[in-house]
Amino acid sequence: DAPVAASARGWPAAETPTPRDDVTHYNNFYEFGMEKSDPAELSGGFHPRPWQVQVDGLVEHPQVWDLDALNARFGHEDRLYRMRCVEAWSMVIPWQGFELGALLRAAGVKTGAKYVAFTSVVRPSEMPGQRGGLFSLRWPYVEGLRLDEAMHPLTLLATGVYGEALPAQNGAPIRLVVPWKYGFKGIKSITRITVTDQQPPTSWNQMAPDEYGFYANVNPDVDHPRWSQSSEQIIGEGSLFRTARRPTRLFNGYAEQVASLYRGMDLRKDF
Amino acid sequence: MALPSSGPRRRSRFSPLTRQVFLYLFCLIPAVSDIAQGMANTLGPNPVSVCLHDFGRWAFRFLLISLAVSPLKRFVGLDVMVYRRPLGLLAFSYAALHVVFYVGVARHFDVHVLWKDFTSRPFLTFGLLTFLILLALALTSTRRAIIALGRRWAKLHKLVYVAMILASVHYAIAFKTWHTEPFIYAAIAAVLLSLRLVPKAGKRTV
Repeated sequence: DAPVAASARGWPAAETPTPRDDVTHYNNFYEFGMEKSDPAELSGGFHPRPWQVQVDGLVEHPQVWDLDALNARFGHEDRLYRMRCVEAWSMVIPWQGFELGALLRAAGVKTGAKYVAFTSVVRPSEMPGQRGGLFSLRWPYVEGLRLDEAMHPLTLLATGVYGEALPAQNGAPIRLVVPWKYGFKGIKSITRITVTDQQPPTSWNQMAPDEYGFYANVNPDVDHPRWSQSSEQIIGEGSLFRTARRPTRLFNGYAEQVASLYRGMDLRKDF
Repeated sequence: MALPSSGPRRRSRFSPLTRQVFLYLFCLIPAVSDIAQGMANTLGPNPVSVCLHDFGRWAFRFLLISLAVSPLKRFVGLDVMVYRRPLGLLAFSYAALHVVFYVGVARHFDVHVLWKDFTSRPFLTFGLLTFLILLALALTSTRRAIIALGRRWAKLHKLVYVAMILASVHYAIAFKTWHTEPFIYAAIAAVLLSLRLVPKAGKRTV
């Protein structure tokens, strides 16, 4: 059961999952379009099978994994996670997947490795947001984590949501979920995972470095230049005449698990 | 049917005031529709955001349309001057709904957050200034105000050009990335504003 598995990690289980329809019909996936309704509406032509993920870089066993092989080797477990978007809204999402750390341990991380870089898929013929788009992000979408963040047991490679294979709009067939960071760190439709000794470039940071940092840890005290991060709108609750809001918590409420990763760092500078 | 500019004008069965009120009410349909759908919960996962952004876009559209009225008369010969006031009031009404939804529904009248929003976030400062101008113009749109202000009225209402520019910036920088739609709106605004710079025949240009 999802809440039990989650609470075993030491954080409150009393979270109400966001309605499934909201999870699958309100999200950002710029490869399909800039509106939050675009991913669900415009991802019908995307083919998440067959799928390979290349694992390479500073590892003992570089390998191209078929998705089925990944599933067979690492299986999946339920994780009920809060999701805090950098746009100051939030959801609670029941994911299924496996720990990124398990994959990295299987690959054998070499000494000297410091970061993990992720690359998403480029398929303009299936992803309308990648066609033209004078003003869009650069493709492929890229993301990165520090190695210790990547190895943290909360860091998940999700292959399912709400008990079914990930729908195209949510990052099929495999995506990253890092619950203490803003949602844009959760790169979707991953094709490559590279272990490296250099801090990798990340898409939103390239787009607007003063607005989106490499770390992107959820932090109510560091505002986005154009809006406050002190509170968040809870999607799926509230009414037309009053949004449901709650205060945002440091590290999205996962401080107990992850604060030690950032000891001694200035979170205002490394936002 | 004769064009308004050529030949004798057909008298409408309705008085100008009736036609103005009718136009105003008719153009409120998008607002009524959004609110009705929002209450019926058919606007998707974030109905507040849909309403907020729709109202903002309608405010901008009516601002553009109201600014097209005088060029239409001057360059096309189509006289719809009688509708300029209700069109301007529609721009104001949608802007007011936009602001009320932001301040009240989205931000819960949180004075602390709002103060920071309006003083330190340029896109919101631009938006607020636009609204304050539209408010001033709406408040002085009565016949009584026009008479009381005399020549100053025309001068005051030239602020609508400033509002147009502020609104263009507000819309353009409101997103995480550049979107196409704000630039289309801004381009139309630029055309409408530059038409004002065309010298009038038979008048000295200053």
